[in-house]
Amino acid sequence: MTLKVSMKVNGKAVSAEVEARTLLVTYIRENLRLTGTHVGCDTAQCGACTVLMNGKAIKSCSIVAMQAEGADIMTIEGVAKPDGTLHPMQAAFKENHGLQCGFCTPGMVMNALDFAKSHPNPSEQEVRESLEGNLCRCTGYHNIVKSIIAGAKAMNGKI
Amino acid sequence: MNAPLIGARIARKEDYRFLTGAGQYTDDVTLPNQTYAAFVRSPHAHAVIKNIAIDKALKAPGVVKIFVGKDLADAKVGGLPCGWLITDVNGQPMKEPPHPCLAQGKVRYVGDHVAVVIAETLDQAQDAAELVKVDYQELSAVTDAAKARSAKPIHDLAPDNTCYVWALGDKAAVDSAFAKASHVTKLEFVNNRLIPNAIEPRAAIGSFSRADDAYTLYVTSQNPHVERLLMTAFVLGLPEHKVRVVAPDVGGGFGSKIYLYAEDVVVTWASKQLNRPVKWTSDRSEAFLSDAHGRDHVTIAELALDKDGKFLAMRVKTTANLGAYLSTFASCIPTILYATLLAGQYTTPLIHCEVTAVFTNTTPVDAYRGAGRPEATYVVERLVETAARELKIDPAELRRRNFIRNFPYQTPVALQYDTGNYDATLEAALDLSDRKNFEKRKSESLKNGKLRGIGYAAYIEACGIAPSAVAGSLGARAGLFEAGEVRVHPTGSVTVFTGSHSHGQGHETTFAQVVADRLGMPIDNVSIVHGDTSKILFGMGTYGSRSIAVGGTAIVKALDKIIAKGKKIAAHLLEASEADIEYDKGEFKVAGTDKKKMFGEVAFAAYVPHNYPHDKLEPGLNENAFYDPANFTFPAGTYICEVEVDRETGAVSVDRFTAVDDFGKIINPMIVEGQVHGGLTQGIGQALTEGCRYDAASGQLVTGSFMDYCLPRAGDVPSFKIDTRETPCTHNPLGVKGCGEAGAIGAPAAVMNALTDALGVKDLAMPATSQTVWKHLQEKSHARV
Repeated sequence: MTLKVSMKVNGKAVSAEVEARTLLVTYIRENLRLTGTHVGCDTAQCGACTVLMNGKAIKSCSIVAMQAEGADIMTIEGVAKPDGTLHPMQAAFKENHGLQCGFCTPGMVMNALDFAKSHPNPSEQEVRESLEGNLCRCTGYHNIVKSIIAGAKAMNGKI
Repeated sequence: MNAPLIGARIARKEDYRFLTGAGQYTDDVTLPNQTYAAFVRSPHAHAVIKNIAIDKALKAPGVVKIFVGKDLADAKVGGLPCGWLITDVNGQPMKEPPHPCLAQGKVRYVGDHVAVVIAETLDQAQDAAELVKVDYQELSAVTDAAKARSAKPIHDLAPDNTCYVWALGDKAAVDSAFAKASHVTKLEFVNNRLIPNAIEPRAAIGSFSRADDAYTLYVTSQNPHVERLLMTAFVLGLPEHKVRVVAPDVGGGFGSKIYLYAEDVVVTWASKQLNRPVKWTSDRSEAFLSDAHGRDHVTIAELALDKDGKFLAMRVKTTANLGAYLSTFASCIPTILYATLLAGQYTTPLIHCEVTAVFTNTTPVDAYRGAGRPEATYVVERLVETAARELKIDPAELRRRNFIRNFPYQTPVALQYDTGNYDATLEAALDLSDRKNFEKRKSESLKNGKLRGIGYAAYIEACGIAPSAVAGSLGARAGLFEAGEVRVHPTGSVTVFTGSHSHGQGHETTFAQVVADRLGMPIDNVSIVHGDTSKILFGMGTYGSRSIAVGGTAIVKALDKIIAKGKKIAAHLLEASEADIEYDKGEFKVAGTDKKKMFGEVAFAAYVPHNYPHDKLEPGLNENAFYDPANFTFPAGTYICEVEVDRETGAVSVDRFTAVDDFGKIINPMIVEGQVHGGLTQGIGQALTEGCRYDAASGQLVTGSFMDYCLPRAGDVPSFKIDTRETPCTHNPLGVKGCGEAGAIGAPAAVMNALTDALGVKDLAMPATSQTVWKHLQEKSHARV
């Protein structure tokens, strides 16, 4: 049995027929073909699937699509300006070499956007704690931490 | 335009697509009419398959087809080959038992492939896979390398579960040096098994076109041409020109994506049987079970010293766990890439190493970041630090007394180091780490109830793999050159095709810097293409920190041919002698005159050859080069780690970590630093948090998820202090050595040296989790009572 699930994704109204067990991340990747949101594990540990739901960072692998009915979702594809200019947080990742293979990156950026709203001038310690739910195997976090500190300052509390 | 590009911290070209969600990884590829595969895996470590019942699964909704081992055998699908032949101490070839893509009558580790269910959707495939009923007769299993030789045989071909016993060095001379030594330091330890865990799980999509009678495989691979060669020539018996392998954006590899895996073969083969694309994406649980693991050595190591602390000899005996089957390069890791590095940075004149490689009922083990060299460095640097403590010599001073200073240097373990300056990296690391104030920091820590220790590791690695003739003489069944192609377009911009593969290393930027620098053009005029056998002429791929040294050099060789041809064209256009043409910063000039042609003008003339030396030259400006290195490269450096241990909880924090590396010439320091940070973190992970565990009785993988296997998180590592020193490689034109693995090679020994210093103990097992350390502290305090 399938059911229709509707929500707003990156400012656009979308809907799709899915099974009740369909995860939000599957809905985003397979039904909407927004493949920037990644799946890196099956135990909600890696954070590669992080998106913003009603402004809050969540792991889209740990809720089913139905739970996001009517929600406002932002994925990595919705972060840059419509003309393609990078968001200050994205730009900070690029400037500070905060990414290597790029697979964990969308989740890192989405998590950082939520964190930076309430931390316009974070300490290294605060940033490291904020990354508790996101795994990266390439960067050793050093440059991710630098990126988020720089990106948060540039954002000044606003997404 | 003329700012130097070599050595410039240029932000990466590839970042925009990764930062905007536009990266294209294998699982992001969807082909029309594709089906989904789910593998039925063995729940047992060792069992005979008595029966496989698929009837119920076949009737499940959406199921298209189910294949078992017999289907592959009937179709004459071969087993997975091993790419390196090791010859044992008796001159006999290693034991190479069959490695079927789907089990043939027996399973040999938890996760071994038994059947594949192909359905219309992924959910349907996974649901139906659970309905496949396999009747097993369980056999006793062994997971511990040290117990393998007396365990139940895993393969008929290897009744004592031994693949080979191999040795390097003059045993009699080493034994006699030990007999005369004034001091011997001895350690016994396990180099813990690791699970690579690139954050992108493996994936493969096979498709077959009847119209072209040709296959395409999209796959998470570090070396698409090697994947194709192995699969077509040794497993499926297909003509190579009828198979295209594409490795698009790949989300980290660390070695685990070098190998030809069963899933890749099965989806490719099945796509023709079904005449539909077949897609498989590993979930993380499958990745833990089926991606090749790393390390897993049990070692006894001894160092003999004279009364002045000069190293006289080293004796090493290792049992290496290969897992249940021989993975693609498994056999060369604990031998060729391990024993040959045991000289380290030192003049130790005599070294003997014996390696017994065994089969166990565990996931196959192969190269993981560093591959043999972290294990060798751990042996050497734990021994040296321990010897320094036993002899009460400052560990830095003991190293100084034994450093190699005359190059080229022939080690007693086959390698010849071309260049190096180990004093430079050691002294720089001592400064950068503020070694002189360590005692002050130590007493501060003590005031806070914490123990502080310091540890060193002066590592060396052999990269730029490898001179093909040398590798061949050591058993390699492949060449280890690299290929590159430079295609100059009529308007003067350049596309470069490389056989190296980037899965995080940033080749699209680094290689473009090399090209733009050499040609004297803006970096935006250069594109780098990799990862597709239909575009790239050939490639051996990326591993062993070889890309810039071997792949980069191939590109330089092709660029030199471009410039040479350009000079001929320019000489014609300028009505000058070819010998008088100089190329500099994008211009072909007649020496000593102001006559010149821009690079773009020459390119245009090559493609619009109206005024052209047709009698001497072909039109066009496109050159290939294959580069086979003359030697390995030898990056080296010194790492200094300081840890703090909480005496109440046993928690270890890496408080300071200093790394000074010599990678030769550096193209993009920002990218190099990123490689070091990542390597260090994996090395710290090995030392403190990561340890693969099997249940000894059942052979079940106990650490099968991110909740049980602890990848370092941001809070587990510090910000790093890093710097470089530069002694250019002497045998490649860029002077480069490679930097991808250094951190993972040097860090474990540095961390464990620091931790054992803090605790005042000779040795402690990796990973030294807070539990391990707490237990040790409890035992110590009870012993005191």
